[in-house]
Amino acid sequence: MNFFLETLIGGLLAGTLYSLVAIGFVLIYKASGVFNFAQGAMLLFAALTFVSLHEQGLPFALALALTVLVMIVGALLIERLVLRPLVNRSQITLFMATLGLSFIIEGLAQGLMGAQVRALDLGIEDVPLFVGEIMISQFDLVASGVSALLVVVLALLFNKTRIGVALRAVADDTRAALSLGINLNRIWQIVWAVAGVVGLVAGLLWGARQGVQFSLSLVVLKALPVLIIGGFTSIGGAIVGGLIVGAAENLAEAYIGPLIGGGITPWFAYFLALIFLYIRPAGLFGDRAIERV
Amino acid sequence: MTVTVSRLGAVFDEAPLTLVRRSWPVGLPLLLLVAFVVLPWLGNDYWLNAILIPFLVLSLAGLGLNLLTGYTGQTSVGAAGFMAVGAFATYGLLLRVPGLPLPLALIGGGLIAGAVGLLFGIPSSRIKGFYLMVTTLAAQFFLEWVFAKFPWFYNHASSGTISAPRLELFGYSLASPVGRYLLTLSCVVLLTWVAVNLVRSQVGRNWMAIRDMDTAASVIGIPVERYKRLAFAVSSFYLGIAGALWAFAYLGTASAGSFDINRSFQILFIIIIGGMGSIAGNFIGAAFISLTPILLSHAGQWLFDGNVDAGQLQNLQKILFGSLIIWFLIKEPEGLVRLLADLRERIRVWPLRF
Amino acid sequence: MSALLEVRNVSLSFKGVKAISDLSFSVRRGEICALIGPNGAGKSSLLNILNGVYQADAGQLFFASEPLRRPHPLQAARLGIGRTFQNNALFKKMSVLDNLLTGLSRFQRSFFLEQALGLPRARREARAFAERAEQVLEFLELQPWRDVAVGSLAYGLQKRVELGRALIAQPTLLLLDEPMAGMNAEEKQDMSRFIADINRDLGTTVILIEHDIQVVMGLSSHVVVLDYGRKVGDGTPAEVQANPDVIAAYLGAPH
Repeated sequence: MNFFLETLIGGLLAGTLYSLVAIGFVLIYKASGVFNFAQGAMLLFAALTFVSLHEQGLPFALALALTVLVMIVGALLIERLVLRPLVNRSQITLFMATLGLSFIIEGLAQGLMGAQVRALDLGIEDVPLFVGEIMISQFDLVASGVSALLVVVLALLFNKTRIGVALRAVADDTRAALSLGINLNRIWQIVWAVAGVVGLVAGLLWGARQGVQFSLSLVVLKALPVLIIGGFTSIGGAIVGGLIVGAAENLAEAYIGPLIGGGITPWFAYFLALIFLYIRPAGLFGDRAIERV
Repeated sequence: MTVTVSRLGAVFDEAPLTLVRRSWPVGLPLLLLVAFVVLPWLGNDYWLNAILIPFLVLSLAGLGLNLLTGYTGQTSVGAAGFMAVGAFATYGLLLRVPGLPLPLALIGGGLIAGAVGLLFGIPSSRIKGFYLMVTTLAAQFFLEWVFAKFPWFYNHASSGTISAPRLELFGYSLASPVGRYLLTLSCVVLLTWVAVNLVRSQVGRNWMAIRDMDTAASVIGIPVERYKRLAFAVSSFYLGIAGALWAFAYLGTASAGSFDINRSFQILFIIIIGGMGSIAGNFIGAAFISLTPILLSHAGQWLFDGNVDAGQLQNLQKILFGSLIIWFLIKEPEGLVRLLADLRERIRVWPLRF
Repeated sequence: MSALLEVRNVSLSFKGVKAISDLSFSVRRGEICALIGPNGAGKSSLLNILNGVYQADAGQLFFASEPLRRPHPLQAARLGIGRTFQNNALFKKMSVLDNLLTGLSRFQRSFFLEQALGLPRARREARAFAERAEQVLEFLELQPWRDVAVGSLAYGLQKRVELGRALIAQPTLLLLDEPMAGMNAEEKQDMSRFIADINRDLGTTVILIEHDIQVVMGLSSHVVVLDYGRKVGDGTPAEVQANPDVIAAYLGAPH
């Protein structure tokens, strides 16, 4: 029983990191209808920038602030150079553009900051905690705490500020929002910037967890099952989806893994998503699209 | 009242009309002659091994993916997974079926890959468009895992790799660069001919109808689900053979890692840059992807007097490819093939402007 | 002339909203019947029922005196019911010729392998299909645009291509959903001429949804008027024009 709880909790906590990545997607998807594959590369870039600045001797807070600035500038450039020209194209086209974007960012990241794996020390010790007889990773706990905090901040941003309301309007009905005088480009810039910051947090946490290296940009692919289960358009869904995927992966690896050779984490989540798609093509919380002839 | 179009261009002074081209390239017999006779005779080993063979195999892989993604509109990021199936299946057949001729082993590998592709294509009847990517991702990661995890596939070799089996035809060894080149070339020419037949036939039209508007296709009586599955099967067949050729005619030895997700992305890039929904585009795209690294490294050496970091070149290449993808998607979604066709048209018309 | 199509007490509702209520009428073989009525009157829904895209909640359909039970679009197509759509369901990236040829999909007999290898039966079939397509291209005067990607054509031409795609299958009954929407006077004249030609030369029965009353009066011999899913008029154009219920529903004074 303890083993089960440990695995479950470990999975849930890891799942919060998935949620974080997925939230970045949901933000961008809600506002501009794009599945931003480049989110992963942005994550990597953020983590690398922070690590490089820190290594150069800059104190933690300053490095963080500068990285945030870099991410925001990057987001603005992306919106202007990539998104705007492709504004009415199909989802596949947009996805492929972000694929190309991820290559550019990866090339830049590696070119400017080198290819070795870097350790990222956020000052969180990975000492196991014990709740009763159940072992929990302290790092995972802190990471979840940060994610939760970020979600609360985002929720406040969306529901209480004017900009947040405008964002929701754009997500709901772009044309109506336009006719209300909302500046679409400004909204997209903000959304991408926020996504960049979310990506930064996710990148730092992931980087601290497994080292800053290239597989980080592939973490984004895992976001796809999360979004499918939780729906592409809901932050709450991203959270729930991430938790489900994290827990399921961990449990599957622990219980099913030994039966078929282990190491099933790379693909298990996708099969889970497949099953979900069969049952509910729009995810748990997402919108359903109707096609008319 | 009839309206005649006297020149290629606007009848109503609006956007120019797009022509759908459907002709064999000029000088095809000559091209084939050069490919089959001149090049093997003239070419040195380096050119054959490092440039021509991978170019041909990548063209074939692009062609396979294009049938599914470019013609039928089903986005797939799992191309390399099916290539792996073909490589390992061909290896298994050659290893375990004594005396099986190479062509049959290749076709067998292709058929097995096609069957696996069919299996992963079943969800396409329920799952549409963008979400289908999840199926192909699942295929990619799962297949990569299978061929790394289960030693039966690589005959329990401790390195996890499979190596070129006896490459021979009617007793003649094909292990030399020329031999492997001709093997690859023959496969590619044959399969391209079949692909051209397919895309010009009702099968091809049904596929394109599904791509353009599958609800309408269904309403006019096209069995959409059946054709989607067919596309998966045929595409994977092509990818399987390409995978076998990649492993044995080009690399020599291969493992599951030779067919990872980056390879899938590479093939996707080939068809985006070359032109989705075109046959010639695959060759153009593959040529581009094969030659650019070489051109870049030569340019780097020339510009910086030989002091250039291979790693930085790779990064530059990534940036270049990424930018090109975006540029093509914005400016010319039909890829290089359309760009070149327009250029050719303009050159043809140019003397007439005087 | 006998009844080709009979609609008896057909009803259809969407989530509680009645799109069609207890509708009955019949269409004689060889006539051009116009279906008119204000927007939302249920006209497109009726066509969708006729060719199997929607299933009616109640009522019966008879085609060529045979009952038509819950048809599937392919079934309707096989029976000889052809259809065009309000929103131009054309395949934008394919050429005009290819779009026409997709209309012949269901007549394909040769197998995948035969087509892949260019075997004789596949080639014969392809030639026969191509001939049919040329005939339609000629009939609808679309030859200049044979190899043009449909998506780059003007809207009026696109509608003509869609007509061709439905026509190539040689339907007995042709359902046209606003075939002249968005056309100017000259294009409407052309389209009317084509529809009249199809009806006269090929004997095809036509049901068309149309808003332009001039066109309706000139082209059709039978008019059915719908309002809120119910029939409010049924007869010759002249009869319908004089019907007070119809006038009340939507016609207003002529001109």
